[in-house]
Amino acid sequence: MQFSENWLRSYVNTSFDSDALNHVMIMAGLDVDDSHPLGASFKDVVVGEVVAIKKHPDADRLQVCEVNVGFKTLQIVCGASNARQGIKVACALVGAQLPSIDIKEAKVRGVESFGMLCSLKELGLAEEDNGILELNNNLKNGTDLRTALDLNDQITTLKLTPNRSDCLSLWGVAREVSAISKAKLTPIHYEVNPIKHTEKKSVSVEEVSACPRYCGRIIKNVDNTKKLPEWMVKRLERSNIKTISPIVDITNYVLLEIGQPLHAFDNDKLQVNVIVRYAKPKEIIHLLNDTKIELSKKDLVIADEKGALALAGVMGGMSSSVSEHSKTIFLESAFFDPIVIAGKARLYNISTDSSYRFERGVDFSNTREALERATSLIIECCGGEAGEITEILNKLPVRNEIHLRLKKLNAILGIEVSAKDVEDILSQLGFEVNKTIEGFKVTPPSYRFDIAIEEDLIEEVVRLYGYDKIPSHHPMSNHTILPSLGMAQHKLKEALVSRGFFEVVTYSFIEDDIEKALHDNHHPIQLQNPIASQMSTMRSSLWGSHLEVLNYNLNRQVSRLNIFEIAQTFHGSQKDFSEIEVIAGLSYGSFLPEQWADKIRDVDFYDMKAHVEQLTSKTLTFKRSENIPSALHPGQAAEIFLEHQSIGWIGKLHPKWQQHFSLPKAPFLFELKVEALLKKTSFTYEEISKFLPVRRDIAVIVDESVEVDRILSSVYAAKIPFLKEMVLFDVYHGKGIGESKKSIAFLILMQDTSKTLVDSEVDSSVLKIVKLLEKQFDALLRN
Amino acid sequence: MNNLDHTIEEARKEFDQCQSVTDLDQAKAKYLGKSGVLTQALKSLGELSNEERPKAGAKINIVKQGVEAALEERRDAIQNQIQAKQLAEESLDVTLPSRKEDRGSLHPVTQTLYRIESLFHSIGFSVAHGPQIESDFYNFTALNIPESHPARAMHDTFYINESYVLRTHTSPVQIRHLEKNKPPLKIISPGRVYRVDSDATHSPMFHQVEGLWVDQHVSFADLKGVIEDFLQNFFENADLKVRFRPSYFPFTEPSAEIDMSWKDGWLEIGGCGMVHPAVFKHVSIDANQYQGFAFGLGVERLTMLRSGVQDLRHFFNNDLRFLQQFI
Repeated sequence: MQFSENWLRSYVNTSFDSDALNHVMIMAGLDVDDSHPLGASFKDVVVGEVVAIKKHPDADRLQVCEVNVGFKTLQIVCGASNARQGIKVACALVGAQLPSIDIKEAKVRGVESFGMLCSLKELGLAEEDNGILELNNNLKNGTDLRTALDLNDQITTLKLTPNRSDCLSLWGVAREVSAISKAKLTPIHYEVNPIKHTEKKSVSVEEVSACPRYCGRIIKNVDNTKKLPEWMVKRLERSNIKTISPIVDITNYVLLEIGQPLHAFDNDKLQVNVIVRYAKPKEIIHLLNDTKIELSKKDLVIADEKGALALAGVMGGMSSSVSEHSKTIFLESAFFDPIVIAGKARLYNISTDSSYRFERGVDFSNTREALERATSLIIECCGGEAGEITEILNKLPVRNEIHLRLKKLNAILGIEVSAKDVEDILSQLGFEVNKTIEGFKVTPPSYRFDIAIEEDLIEEVVRLYGYDKIPSHHPMSNHTILPSLGMAQHKLKEALVSRGFFEVVTYSFIEDDIEKALHDNHHPIQLQNPIASQMSTMRSSLWGSHLEVLNYNLNRQVSRLNIFEIAQTFHGSQKDFSEIEVIAGLSYGSFLPEQWADKIRDVDFYDMKAHVEQLTSKTLTFKRSENIPSALHPGQAAEIFLEHQSIGWIGKLHPKWQQHFSLPKAPFLFELKVEALLKKTSFTYEEISKFLPVRRDIAVIVDESVEVDRILSSVYAAKIPFLKEMVLFDVYHGKGIGESKKSIAFLILMQDTSKTLVDSEVDSSVLKIVKLLEKQFDALLRN
Repeated sequence: MNNLDHTIEEARKEFDQCQSVTDLDQAKAKYLGKSGVLTQALKSLGELSNEERPKAGAKINIVKQGVEAALEERRDAIQNQIQAKQLAEESLDVTLPSRKEDRGSLHPVTQTLYRIESLFHSIGFSVAHGPQIESDFYNFTALNIPESHPARAMHDTFYINESYVLRTHTSPVQIRHLEKNKPPLKIISPGRVYRVDSDATHSPMFHQVEGLWVDQHVSFADLKGVIEDFLQNFFENADLKVRFRPSYFPFTEPSAEIDMSWKDGWLEIGGCGMVHPAVFKHVSIDANQYQGFAFGLGVERLTMLRSGVQDLRHFFNNDLRFLQQFI
């Protein structure tokens, strides 16, 4: 809410300057979003009168003016075409500092000039230059321009929290400032307007709980073409409210002044009765903002016999709106239950000053006074005669007594506030306070919709007592030993960081097409209100996002990238979903950074495999499986298993996706479930053998299609005596071993835990292994 | 018997001529080998009389020791030369760059999270997590934000369906934790949260840390102390000032915004307050027996202030030039 500080000060006469006032408001919970002086800063500009004018002897476009500035008459050269004798002008004196120029004595084409006649632009009060400013003729020569135009004002914008609807008016803020500063309030004068005619509207409130109070009256013979008084225009302008027509402007003014939204109907456009009811299904209303909306049974409307006239508390309708031709108006002031209005503005996307206040709570004790106030202002400005007020009053909200225990207050705050302080603060805030044995019985005022329980009162007390006055208790250790922080994830991250990977953080949403095609998720979880189409779907894999990161960096001349991320992925359907935390990585470009010492080669499958293996001390198995993800190259992809459980995938990006993302090379990807990696296993120590192992090497030729992992698992499964470890150390294709064949070499470590092995034992075991390879894999032993 | 008077001198001269260990071994044979001068001399002792033998023997031994000493001296010298040559040959330009292997980095947000977690852990807070697709109940209703409450408009919410949202804050973890655990309890819950908003200061996804301490006598004064201590330690600035300003959150009462001193003014850094009784009611905790505080801090905000990063979007662009600065 934006307003003029001068307006506020007309109700509460505080001695604080602007900064101090803002500070106390902030510290009492009325957040000042912005506060700045009105217009640009300038001084030494006064009201002057052009008493004589003649042409400049040496310049066609210039004139030489004699300007009376009260204490003397100055000669000033002026180029504005509207400078003429008799007008009052804004005259900057020698020494004046304007936003873009300092005024000095000057000679303009040989004629001396002692000041400048200013335009609004030169004063920093307008964007466009429309000649020199012509002032009202009744201003006194020599008057400081800031005073003459009432420019010594501060524009304040409050950012109020949704609970403080009582401060959504100048009067409400004044009431609060008075409570904070103990400065006296100057009340607003509510006149009871004399009844000048007998015409009266019949009002039927069908929904008494939605509209507990409804007041309205007919004002006849108004002239809606009159000019608003200047003081009101200024206040509205400084509140950033556009003026439309006097009647509408006055309802806006009263809304700002006391917080009561009002609505004026053109009475000549109404039928006989005014009805407050819920809308009929599919009832259409054409609103003042020129949109037509279809209403539902949950929308409260003001209607006549023909149909809905206004969406209650939100916006009026086009059909009954006042215009400059309106002669008779029906002026409404009502109280609507916040619950009924809440959410409507958001639902129909039409937030108005009225709905903003009604959904937070409007003071129901002021409904009639607001109507009288608006009536007085309308009659003052537009003339007219007031009719009798029709008031339909039903059950208003009740402000219940709340028990406030002093002990509770002090326990929550951690300090001792005296009973007297509590009583004083609550009374200043307009609460009715009665002492009890334990503390107080407190009744909040009608304008407070946010006070229902003891804690609410505690906040009220501490708000004015001062949050600053509560000491800071520094935490004391509770001596309970905690389980260590969940650093297991950290270990996964550190493992990759030490291997040259950068952790990234990418959005959890992705483009729908990518989710479907790249992540193979044909029924993805979609957001109902995405921020952009490429962020419309919850991702079930991190790969799509990581490829985007790759692209982003490739476009910035990066040629090598290793990244990873731990994040939730989202699975299931639109109705039934689960989250799985995964660790995913991408490796692209050369394996090592470009350097002098080692030959540069591109990262390959086995590099990525090594990275993945570093994530756990347990043995991972990599299998060529069915259902290879669409993202991966079918010949360079493996499903990863941990203790027989599938935990993820590794592989090269499929060439079609490489093409899709226009990548010069194919990156390698992996993604694993974090939970599986973090599963704890009990550790048992194995005694170190006193007997050294014996090593034998063998090389065999097998078909290209034979997978080494199968060989190794077969050998281990056969429980060969003394076999400790069998490690692949060479793979050879090419000359001397035949087409579609490969030579693979293993080192075999044999060990007994109880004795040193003799050659014959070792030979026998190696022979068993060779036989097994021959039999199961058609292997041929190389000599 | 030959005259051995000049043998040591001759041997030394001969040894000094030798340039390698092989040469030296050959030269050594001439004196100490099987048919060497001294071996022969020792052999010929037998020819001497019993009276002459000890004297001659002693003399031969002295000469032998002298020759051996000369031999060892020369051997050391040769070895030193060889080593010196090797050292000279093996000398490197130690200023050449290393065989490069790179180290990556943890994302700055992660670094901040670890910092926050370990600081709170040191005063007894454990870490709790919750889902990111959250039910309307946990994200709003249980936190005292009923349907159509104006506070819902403060959270620009992403909807999955009519009853599920992307969590707008990590506060629902509070509820989930309170449902399963009885006070006293102290937790923080860090994680990703989502709001429909995107510009230099707003991201549709960002990170929050929620804190909760519930016990019989935890007061607003404790809240102030914990937050103050945390911020002073996080920013490693004991002079950092912290200001609590009344505010409104549906799930705390009294509520406060946390401001900290920054440059010449104040900067909003988070929200906090005493847990609202309605929240306790949802999780069946007796508000007359227990009380506590909750707070929420923005992780990116803390990171930006500590590191000087100005634009929030940097955290999610994952530009390598950005990430490399956080090694």
